Amino acid sequence: MSHAEDAEVLVRARGLTKRFGDFAAVDGIDVSIPRGEAFGFLGPNGAGKSSTMRMVGCVSPPTSGELTILGLDPVRHGPAIRSRLGVVPQENNLDVELTVRENLLVYGRYFGLPRSVIRDRSAMLLDFVQLSDRAGDQVDPLSGGMKRRLVIARSLINDPDILLLDEPTTGLDPQARHIVWDRLFRLKQRGVTLILTTHYMDEAEQLCDRLVVMDAGRIAAEGSPRALIERYSTPEVLELRFDPGQHDQAAEKLTALPAQTAERLEVLADRVLVYTRNGDDALAAARGLGLEPVTSLARRSTLEDVFLRLTGRQLDD
Amino acid sequence: MSAQAARPRPAPAAPRAGGPAQWSFAVREFRFWLTDYRRTWRGSVISSVLGPLLYLGAMGLGLGSLVNRHAGGILGVSYLTFIAPGVLAATGMQTAFGETLYPVLGSVKWVQNYFAAAASPLRPADVFRGHLLFVTLRLTMNCGVFLALIAAFGAVRSPLAAAALPAAVLTGLAFAPALMAWSVTRTRDTSFSVLMRFVMVPLFLFSGTFFPVTQLPGWLRPVAYATPLWHGVELCRSLTLGTATWGGAAVHVGYLLAVGAAGCADAGYTYRRRLNE
Repeated sequence: MSHAEDAEVLVRARGLTKRFGDFAAVDGIDVSIPRGEAFGFLGPNGAGKSSTMRMVGCVSPPTSGELTILGLDPVRHGPAIRSRLGVVPQENNLDVELTVRENLLVYGRYFGLPRSVIRDRSAMLLDFVQLSDRAGDQVDPLSGGMKRRLVIARSLINDPDILLLDEPTTGLDPQARHIVWDRLFRLKQRGVTLILTTHYMDEAEQLCDRLVVMDAGRIAAEGSPRALIERYSTPEVLELRFDPGQHDQAAEKLTALPAQTAERLEVLADRVLVYTRNGDDALAAARGLGLEPVTSLARRSTLEDVFLRLTGRQLDD
Repeated sequence: MSAQAARPRPAPAAPRAGGPAQWSFAVREFRFWLTDYRRTWRGSVISSVLGPLLYLGAMGLGLGSLVNRHAGGILGVSYLTFIAPGVLAATGMQTAFGETLYPVLGSVKWVQNYFAAAASPLRPADVFRGHLLFVTLRLTMNCGVFLALIAAFGAVRSPLAAAALPAAVLTGLAFAPALMAWSVTRTRDTSFSVLMRFVMVPLFLFSGTFFPVTQLPGWLRPVAYATPLWHGVELCRSLTLGTATWGGAAVHVGYLLAVGAAGCADAGYTYRRRLNE
């Protein structure tokens, strides 16, 4: 690897492992994240995403393996690295009894920023996250989406090189999620390096240039959302629901479909998924077998399907 | 804003392992607590004046008038003058409990401000030191108010009493680090009331605060001598009565410092475990 390429890789992990006693939360992962990329860790709860993020955030020393962040060793240079990171933790650790502006002030002070710099940046950041009119209000009564946006503003107070977001929209209602996505997308457009974890496939598809699918502490696959879908799924998926208890029987019949119509079947608790090139054709073929589903839906493949294929489980299991 | 984040930056110099940089980081955490305190200072000042007033009134004057009439005071002084330095030292201890248990647990459980700080350049040791600095400020405030009150009540017999303020603060600092070290490991507050009821209150009552420990059964006296509060009480009393000796004071100060230092060492470990694991 040449020096110039080296300088552009902001996070590099080789065989990165985190153990808690006998349990390997992160089990030897390799990751390289270049400057300016929006990179995602996609996986269900307990996959090791947050443990990875805590190591990258330099608040959890790796058990073994190599990790460099901004070219530095997180164990020896934790404070220097952290001074250039922005962190949006899974839980909003705001001081809810302080005002919106005071939260930015106390956080900016942690970075040793002068009051005048904090004041100027706060005005700009609150404008960016659309909270300017709440600057003097206490945090406690703010909505979940507003608190989340405030945490994002707070994470940018030190003008970070890398923004780490752990489950940025978990627990938000759909409208609030879209506002957060919009702000993150703008940051991405400005060239901010984003590293995020999520168990929402739509979040990963919207925001990530590239992602890894994590399962049980390991990386199951890596690529852009589109490439992963192309490699591990079919263009379309036909979802069929039958009366309760009928799914196995229906799936048995569906195996009679030719491979070009139904490449693969997945039987879930509440529906049968038919992986196919064309959902409408597959539905017609299924009806031709005498099957009458209660409901049917032909849709495009998503990362959810990639995950199901790779792990045999659903993301929200 | 990170609009210009695409430009490369020089790697910052790694901070030195010791020296003044450490304390400047701790001051950042201290300033968080100052900002936080601006919301609550009124209530805390009122209770730091009212609490001692109630004790001095009920025990020093009410009970004291009986003691003075029937026993002629204690150790040659009025009962109020006897207990005032004891309650001063105990104020240091109680402030240490009040400023550590719930605030530290809240910092990792409810507000989670410790985790916010740990994501910044601050290290767990900076978070601990900065919070301990704030506890020291609160100790100075509460013990200072109390010392001024007992001086106003005429319960001080020597100009040496001025040194009773740092002595009472030191008493609190013997307790605070160990309490912080323990609180940061907690996930619930259920054990706090047990600790207050079965550790703090017995210490308060039996460490020479309200009567000389020579009144205790012989087998119990060594227990009293081993408690930090007894050393704090003896130290404060020798200063307000003007009976202090260099040797005696050195023993008490040395003991309180040693207990505090042991707590700091413990906190260095538990804070790192909790914030950096």
